[in-house]
Amino acid sequence: MSIKIDNVSYTYMKKTPYERTALNEVSLTIEKGEYVAVIGHTGSGKSTLMQHFNGLLNPDSGSVRVDGIDINAKGEQAKSARGRVGMVFQYPEHQIFAETVYEDIAFGPRNKGFSEEEAEKQVRAAMKFVGLDYESYAKRSPFQLSGGQMRRVAIAGVVAMAPDYLILDEPSAGLDPSSRDSIFQEISRVYKKREIAVILVTHSMEEAAQYADRLLVLAKGKIAVDGKTHEVFKSQRDMLKSVGVDVPQTVKLADVLREQGLAIEADVIKPSELVRQIIKAKGWR
Amino acid sequence: MLTDITLGQYYPGKSVIHRLDPRTKILGALVYIVAVFLAAEPVSYIAATSFLFLVIAFSGLPFLLVFKSIKPLWVIILLTMSIHLFTGQGEVIWTWQFLSVTREGLALGIKMSLRLVLLLMISSVLTFTTSPIVLTDGIEALLKPFKRFGVPAHELAMMMTIALRFIPTLLEETDRIMKAQTARGADFASGNLLKRAQNLLPILVPLFISAFRRADELATAMEARCYRGGEGRTRMHELSYRWQDGAAGAAVASLMAVIAFLKWGAAV
Ligand SMILES: Nc1ncnc2c1ncn2[C@@H]1O[C@H](COP(=O)(O)OP(=O)(O)OP(=O)(O)O)[C@@H](O)[C@H]1O
Ligand SMILES: [Mg+2]
Repeated sequence: MSIKIDNVSYTYMKKTPYERTALNEVSLTIEKGEYVAVIGHTGSGKSTLMQHFNGLLNPDSGSVRVDGIDINAKGEQAKSARGRVGMVFQYPEHQIFAETVYEDIAFGPRNKGFSEEEAEKQVRAAMKFVGLDYESYAKRSPFQLSGGQMRRVAIAGVVAMAPDYLILDEPSAGLDPSSRDSIFQEISRVYKKREIAVILVTHSMEEAAQYADRLLVLAKGKIAVDGKTHEVFKSQRDMLKSVGVDVPQTVKLADVLREQGLAIEADVIKPSELVRQIIKAKGWR
Repeated sequence: MLTDITLGQYYPGKSVIHRLDPRTKILGALVYIVAVFLAAEPVSYIAATSFLFLVIAFSGLPFLLVFKSIKPLWVIILLTMSIHLFTGQGEVIWTWQFLSVTREGLALGIKMSLRLVLLLMISSVLTFTTSPIVLTDGIEALLKPFKRFGVPAHELAMMMTIALRFIPTLLEETDRIMKAQTARGADFASGNLLKRAQNLLPILVPLFISAFRRADELATAMEARCYRGGEGRTRMHELSYRWQDGAAGAAVASLMAVIAFLKWGAAV
């Protein structure tokens, strides 16, 4: 059970003066059950790569397989394979169209062929997932909600389709810290419960360090680094710098503490890990 | 994809034609079009066609790109051709069942469709070699003398600039929304007409909302920067003629003169 990308290249506006190669012979495999963060400088091809995962873009060369099925082929099988990949776009609130929150979230499940009963169940679960109370929001017009609430509706619309692979393209851009945390916590919960794969595109190294097990760094349409989050932040710092990516604040803080003579181990990337190390180094407990 | 539409697109370059003053190019294209419609003799058409080829050569545009601009109207061109072909009066040169082609019909058909082709191609050379902003600057400058008669030159140009500026943005937006809804399993290609129209709602609603939002934001941004219409406004790039403009003008004028002479002068 995996998404497998093989030698994929993609060029925008081919054969015009605006031609631009966004992906250059990228190969990678993402297994079900993985939590992958995709980082990289703006314009490095992250969104382009994501759109290959569910067949929104067809590669110029190479192939994309979901659970072994070529998703760019024709036919029902490929369509259902594409349906297993859920995609939350950058600024997903701009795709909302229905008269009520309920109708908008139910759009995906209905298209996927869920019965009305199942759809309702999915909508309820998805609204709970994003922290919107069903009774008070389901019948409201989505256009009278705040930006952050609209974002939640849009994310719920994708989660309600019960995807096996959930792609989130910068889901936290423009959200307040508490909504951001609650959404990420719910994602982690569903991720553990249903053993789906989560692919998170983000510009926040802290989010990547906190939630992802695996880190994928894109640079100029190629994969610059692919490895365990701890490993990458520990041993590839020069590489990260050269492609315009930083390390999490925690890592920098650990550097400062180390300079001050505290014995902090090298693979600390999360705040909780750092706290544990400080306590240990100081012999407080 | 939607963004592949070429009509009216700018093709960046540094050729002589690219760097001509937009007023020269607009007036030149207009004179050329009038000349093409005046053309009567085959020689005139040869002259007009060679002139176009010369312009394309000077502009450095790929010929095929310019030729493709007739694509949206090829049906009409073909129709023009066949109507004249089969309805002409005169010497019959070919018959099949009830259809007959006359020498005069053939000549007229070729003339008429050639006129359309030349017209489309010269207009696309104009838009390929002139960026939209410069083009509207040119139009504004040309319309200025008519201000006295109540033509709102600046406002028209500003409206055009804004519209041109937002066409690619809206196409991109449409593309994005279509993708997002496709990812949610929307299907735009199947079902009967009513069903298909209904299926468009998930695209149209967000598109309109975003268009209105953009319009609103733009209006606010313009007001915040004290935009008050064209009165007393100066510009960053003043248009100015150079010697190349004179040469280009002379070239178009000579073409016009030749065609006019062939039409009227020969008879006198
Ligand atoms: N629709 C498009 N048409 C033309 N070029 C495009 C288009 N979309 C993206 N590009 C180009 O492809 C390259 C990769 O873009 P992409 O959107 O994948 O970057 P990204 O890594 O997601 O950036 P960001 O962090 O800003 O979202 C960029 O150089 C961009 O200019
Ligand atoms: Mg992006």
